[in-house]
Amino acid sequence: MSAVGPALHHDAPHESAVGHVTGRARYVDDLPEPPGLLHAVLVTAPMARGRALVVDAVGAGGAEGVVAVLTAADIPGDPYIGPIVHDEPLLALDQIGYHGQPVAVVLAEGRELARRAAEQVVVRAEPLEPVLGIEQGIAAGRFHTAPHTITRGDVEAALAGAHLLITGEVQTPAQDHFYLETQCALAIPGEGGSLEIWSSTQHPTEVQRATAGALRLPQAAVSCRVPRMGGGFGGKESQATQPAVLAALGARHTGRPVKLWLDRSEDMRITGKRHPFLGRYRAGFDADGRLLGLEVQLYSDGGWTADLSGPVMDRALFHLDNAYHVPALRFSGRVVQTDLPSNTAFRGFGGPQGIYVVEDALERAASRLGLPPEAVRRRNYYGDAPRDQTPYGQRVPGPPIAAMHDRLVRTAGLSRRRGAIAAANAVSRHTKRGLGLVPVKFGISFTASLLNQAGALVLVYADGTVQLNHGGTEMGQGLHTKVRAVCADVLGVPVDTIRVMDTSTDKIPNTSATAASSGSDLNGAAVAEAARRIRERMVPIAASLLGLDEGTSPTFRGGEVYGEGRSISFAEVANACWVQQIPLSATGFYRTPGIAYDPQQGRGTPFFYFAWGIALVEVEVLGLTGEHRIQRVDILHDVGNSLIPNIDVGQIEGAFVQGVGWLTGEEVIHGDDGRCLTHGPSTYKVPSVGDVPLQMRIELLDQPAEADTIGRSKAVGEPPFVLGIAVISALRDAIGAFGEAEAEAEVELALPATPEAILRAVEAQRAR
Amino acid sequence: MRSSPSAEPSTILRFVLNGVALQESEARPTTTLLQWLRRRRHTGTKEGCAEGDCGACTVAILDPGSGRWRAINSCLVLLPMIDGCQVVTVEGLASRNGLHPAQRAMVQAQGSQCGYCTPGFVMSLFEACYRSDLDQPWKLDDQICGNLCRCTGYRPIRDALASVAGQRPDDRFRAASAPGTSGAGLRYEAGGQRFDAPTTLEGALALLRSPTVRIVAGATDLGLEITQRHAHPPHLLSLDRIAELRGVAFDGDELVLGATTALSELEDATEDTLPILHRMLRYFGSRQIKHRGTLGGNLCNASPIGDLAPVLLALDADAVLQGPQGPRTVPLSSFFVGYRTTALEPGELLAQIRLRPPPDSARLGAYKVSRRRELDISAVSAAVQIRLDDQGQVTLARLALGGVGATPLRATAAEAALLGRPWSEESVQQAAHALDQQLTPLSDPRGSSWFRHTLARNLLLGFYEETRLQPFTPLSGRHTGTLILSPGDPR
Repeated sequence: MSAVGPALHHDAPHESAVGHVTGRARYVDDLPEPPGLLHAVLVTAPMARGRALVVDAVGAGGAEGVVAVLTAADIPGDPYIGPIVHDEPLLALDQIGYHGQPVAVVLAEGRELARRAAEQVVVRAEPLEPVLGIEQGIAAGRFHTAPHTITRGDVEAALAGAHLLITGEVQTPAQDHFYLETQCALAIPGEGGSLEIWSSTQHPTEVQRATAGALRLPQAAVSCRVPRMGGGFGGKESQATQPAVLAALGARHTGRPVKLWLDRSEDMRITGKRHPFLGRYRAGFDADGRLLGLEVQLYSDGGWTADLSGPVMDRALFHLDNAYHVPALRFSGRVVQTDLPSNTAFRGFGGPQGIYVVEDALERAASRLGLPPEAVRRRNYYGDAPRDQTPYGQRVPGPPIAAMHDRLVRTAGLSRRRGAIAAANAVSRHTKRGLGLVPVKFGISFTASLLNQAGALVLVYADGTVQLNHGGTEMGQGLHTKVRAVCADVLGVPVDTIRVMDTSTDKIPNTSATAASSGSDLNGAAVAEAARRIRERMVPIAASLLGLDEGTSPTFRGGEVYGEGRSISFAEVANACWVQQIPLSATGFYRTPGIAYDPQQGRGTPFFYFAWGIALVEVEVLGLTGEHRIQRVDILHDVGNSLIPNIDVGQIEGAFVQGVGWLTGEEVIHGDDGRCLTHGPSTYKVPSVGDVPLQMRIELLDQPAEADTIGRSKAVGEPPFVLGIAVISALRDAIGAFGEAEAEAEVELALPATPEAILRAVEAQRAR
Repeated sequence: MRSSPSAEPSTILRFVLNGVALQESEARPTTTLLQWLRRRRHTGTKEGCAEGDCGACTVAILDPGSGRWRAINSCLVLLPMIDGCQVVTVEGLASRNGLHPAQRAMVQAQGSQCGYCTPGFVMSLFEACYRSDLDQPWKLDDQICGNLCRCTGYRPIRDALASVAGQRPDDRFRAASAPGTSGAGLRYEAGGQRFDAPTTLEGALALLRSPTVRIVAGATDLGLEITQRHAHPPHLLSLDRIAELRGVAFDGDELVLGATTALSELEDATEDTLPILHRMLRYFGSRQIKHRGTLGGNLCNASPIGDLAPVLLALDADAVLQGPQGPRTVPLSSFFVGYRTTALEPGELLAQIRLRPPPDSARLGAYKVSRRRELDISAVSAAVQIRLDDQGQVTLARLALGGVGATPLRATAAEAALLGRPWSEESVQQAAHALDQQLTPLSDPRGSSWFRHTLARNLLLGFYEETRLQPFTPLSGRHTGTLILSPGDPR
């Protein structure tokens, strides 16, 4: 399928679609196994907290097929890793930090041999009473971070003068990433002590850096490659590093290739989750439901090490306002340390957890004031100055949310459906329907401003075909499809003449993680610059081939170069460039302009721009069992000028369903001993096809980004995840209908809203 | 051609993979098909969980019995079980003419994002291509509920499925036939393990005398012991090839259900003859699991959350056991003697379930509540049968439950509270109270004791509501919950 039409702003299949459906697309575990490959299996801690650790590997070391059993003592360099704080032992040192923590790695001729030997390794330690939740951590005074505080105005005065004061507490749950491809790395020793690591990681540079540190190698001796990932969602941003470095350690130790693949159960027991949050708040409203002041104290469960918990908390604080102007406020957040796996990045990165708090406050205000929740939300949106200032002092230019709200309310028929549902609920004893509308404003950029950089390397060959390298990784989000379209657009060539290469640190150095929804913004801009540089060099050659007058520029389009009514092929121009000794490779680089944030002051411009969305959800609840089904969802989302619209729609649908899973069926359960009890899909239930809304209507706002982004597009990976909160709003609406109509009883619904949680809430309403 | 049963059993595995005839004599019998495929560089088929709950490993086999393609979890199928089968993986679909319709539909619908679940979905869509009975929206959900996708939110995949379901392309797959076995049974040994698949009941009973032998049917449960708990049973006895243990047929006015009948076969066979069982099977498990799991396997596990037991208990079914001394019949209510323990004596096996289908006037319901509607384990399952006389008095009451005790059980106190009473909301409330007194459910990650108590009571009340207008309602739509108290969605 030769794409001669415009590459950008049009639907396109995923760049690897044919590879996906034929099974030919390769993931790390699918790569041909190099000769002499050893398989690594981890020995993990049998308790959540302990000291005086002793690892006895004598029996295992002599077992059939075993080549080595490695512990922390075998690490030649830095025994600690950690994306920000260097606090995570690669293998346990003298203490145990969580149930399932890797303490040793067994290398054997086959995985089954390694697994059996790992069972024979004896791990002893003096057990200590574990701290297993946020409240316990607070009580024990264990924190990873100092409080981060953002204030504006006199919040106490605002709350004191409010018509309605709401004191609330919100607990949002953990969530397992459940990427279909579990963590996997393959390390291959090369010449002169070098190492090549194939890793399923969102952050190849972090793998390279950590490997160099642990093995005392220069970074140049280590290269990390990523073919593609079978899903990431943040779970492979920092936490793919440990398996990759351990594979590298094994390869370095034995001089043989080593593969470390976690099976599903290992992956779910060892890796961290979305941070559970506890939010305590006081919110003051006037009689019309206008928010006057909001005071919030956030705590997150960071688990045993810092990982990315600090930035996750920062983003939660930056999103406590969601789409609403808060005149007076005090937001403070602190990361609690517990004896659980280290919680980590997960799509939204704290944003959804922060947003949930303010949405809870608005819902309760609506309930107590007897107003429709959507009316209270509408009244509080960002607007013209002075209602355009975020809590941290960044301006929100021309907020589109009120207009988006009005458009969705109209196109989705909100008022008509409210009436129909009220009438139907009145005559239905055991099933009730409800509606929920929730907006999202999501700040785009890494909040650590320096990370907002990307590089690209474009190579044009003499036959006119192209290799495209950039620093971003493909995990299904369509990044390669988008940047390939950017490159095709600039060079004026069909997309199928461009080959997107594996992401590799030997092509692009010092990359940032593919995260924070920023992949196409950053890498797309870098690729555009590299491609422009090559095109500029090709212009004079093409002009001379076409016999153009000086000052007349040829046009590059569809694999042809046009000028003065004539055309020649892009390939001819490329070949002519080679003949005339013109370089056909170029690098590109991009840094996001104008962003900076001062955490001490709680002031700055952390985001390049904001992405917006809004969803209306209708659910039906069966009051006798607590089961529910989403009948319909309408979403209007702002992706700027979409680079590839059908990919953006796919991101919106997928993120929404994942957000629904977070708040409804998915529940991470730990036993009293800190052991993960939900370590497989038999017990951890992500949404399946029957959980998808019966009707899904997605519309793109189709309005160019206000910031100077690539193609005036906007990021889309994370923002629509937040819209899953609308399901909770709809559930509360439906559950409320089981009570007496006049009671105006506030619905107490625990998260995640499983059938049991919903049944409890329904029974509570019926008992009133 | 099948030869006489007395011929020497085969000791080599023979099957056809993507059109190529293969033999295997070295892999251990507990090697799963998925392990075997990936070790031989057929890496298109993925491992996502190795417990039959994600579907990334889905492949298709041409079932020798029915001649139909069936999507199955290759992570739970032991290699000797595909002896005599034709197997197709995602790598075997495309031809010189291009992609298979199932593949093309996924590309066109943007049905893949990360691509890791995609081969499994493609194989579930492949089966759907050759099915002619995917005529209702809920059946499309059922076809792919055994495949998890974490990226797309399913809408585009479901669209792709809808576009190919029942297309029956005129290709080599439609014309394919299974190579079949020699008809002589299988006796396969490798790596110190043995796998027997005799063709006669006598042969099976003879093998069952060995104290180390374990019976295996579809391996959807035993497979978990192998992949999750790394067990390697030394000697397995498959009942798969014993024709007399399989199938559904009437014997006079008794319906006879063969113990090794696959759940999907049972689903097809009971849609008209025993719709209450069909209704329970809808949310029993995924298509892949239902193709492999069997009636007998579900009952003999004697798990308190086996979903078929409550229905069969509510229908007063009998179990026919075969042993060295010949057959004996026990009521199913006496079959479950304790937690995961049955009335089977050493050397015996479950051969049949027999029951008299209830009259059309009987009020019937079958319910299952779990965290997720599809492919999940019950918090509580229940089945109810109520018969009334002309005056509306209850003449027969059966309420059977799973998930509320150590075994599937009959709620005898509630049944007694209903017997001889008028069928009214008041009577049902009293029975619900009696039910509450009898049950002692545990709390576990699938639900608290409170949840299970409340569900049991509410399912009885809901049954009363549901059967007010008609004695039985099939699950024919995409309903909100297990009780059909709203019209459901016709799409």
